[in-house]
Amino acid sequence: MSYLAILISFVFINNFILTQFLGLCPFIGVSKNTESAIGMGFAVTFVMAIASIVTWLLSHYILIPFNIEYLQTITFILVIASLVQFVEMVIQKISPQLYKALGIFLPLITTNCAVLGIALINITNNYNALESFVAGISAGIGFLLAILLMSNIREKLDLIRVPKPLQGVPVAFISGGLMALAFMAFDRALLTNLLG
Amino acid sequence: MLKEFTKGIFKKNPIFIIVLGLCPALGVSSKFINAIGMGAGVVFVLLGSNIFVSLLKNFIPEKVRIPAYIVIIASFVTIVEMVMHAYLPSLFESLGVFVPLIVVNCLILGRAEAFANRNSVRASILDALGMGIGFTLSLMLIALFREVLGAGTITIISIGSFDGIIKIPGIYNAPARVFGLSAGALLVMGYLKAFFNWYSSRRKVS
Repeated sequence: MSYLAILISFVFINNFILTQFLGLCPFIGVSKNTESAIGMGFAVTFVMAIASIVTWLLSHYILIPFNIEYLQTITFILVIASLVQFVEMVIQKISPQLYKALGIFLPLITTNCAVLGIALINITNNYNALESFVAGISAGIGFLLAILLMSNIREKLDLIRVPKPLQGVPVAFISGGLMALAFMAFDRALLTNLLG
Repeated sequence: MLKEFTKGIFKKNPIFIIVLGLCPALGVSSKFINAIGMGAGVVFVLLGSNIFVSLLKNFIPEKVRIPAYIVIIASFVTIVEMVMHAYLPSLFESLGVFVPLIVVNCLILGRAEAFANRNSVRASILDALGMGIGFTLSLMLIALFREVLGAGTITIISIGSFDGIIKIPGIYNAPARVFGLSAGALLVMGYLKAFFNWYSSRRKVS
């Protein structure tokens, strides 16, 4: 599959949040204001891109040669957890400004199913190293797009009167559902029309 | 003691009240049987991790507790994955990526961190069973709505000549397909959560 096809597919057609339900917890939890949504979105994109490539290398150079693929889940989650910790320390040293923007979101990412999800999907789809990396970035961009749109909707929702039982989480889900309906306009036909 | 068990089912229901573990709840709830399978997997992992975390609570150093919990949880998830792959291949196939993703289900890590590491083994077992069953029931509820409205069927285990699919007359011929798709899942979840909010606020008043 071409890289552009992977990009379009993960950002629009198979958007991680709106069609695959990966990473819903931060999508609902951190989308109350735009600023933190952007921070979370970039942090996730960053970690997903690195995690995709690292887990790919691990899978193809350690798990498969030694025939221990059944340890995939346990290795991937440990690697992702330590990776997140490592990224946090590196960012703190290199750029305190970036750390200030992304710092509080990084620990939350370990239990974000989107990161483990992309690592597993890359392996199931038999992507090569570069394709995995592109898939990681694209899925992250898809996440960023969805959470950014959501935070804008929720900021608007704060200003209008919502019936009491629907306030907060329920109305967020319902707007997410309507967004997912809109995203249904993007399907496989988009790829064939664009790329032939 | 019994309170630890019953709180998970309604008062602190993991999906509708504390809103944890959403990804699998929506991802696998398009068929009733998938919801049951996922629920069973989560109950097993939650039970295993709660027991081990509670047994090891005095040995795990405070600083590395989260990685230690993750290793415990991931081991149980691997067991579920292998057993399901061997004995229920079709279920394993339809749950797909969500089986290994049980490992990052915030409900399980949440119970380890909030309950099992400061309570006795017996209380942790009851807590795990209550929370796990509460999770399964909520999943079944979401799946019931989605499958009945979206396909007009209820899929349960097939026994003998019965293929396990109950067709509901009236809806089966003209289902509202959107409920089977991702948008429907979010909408159903939103309205169910609103219903639970309304119901619990009404109970508080009376």
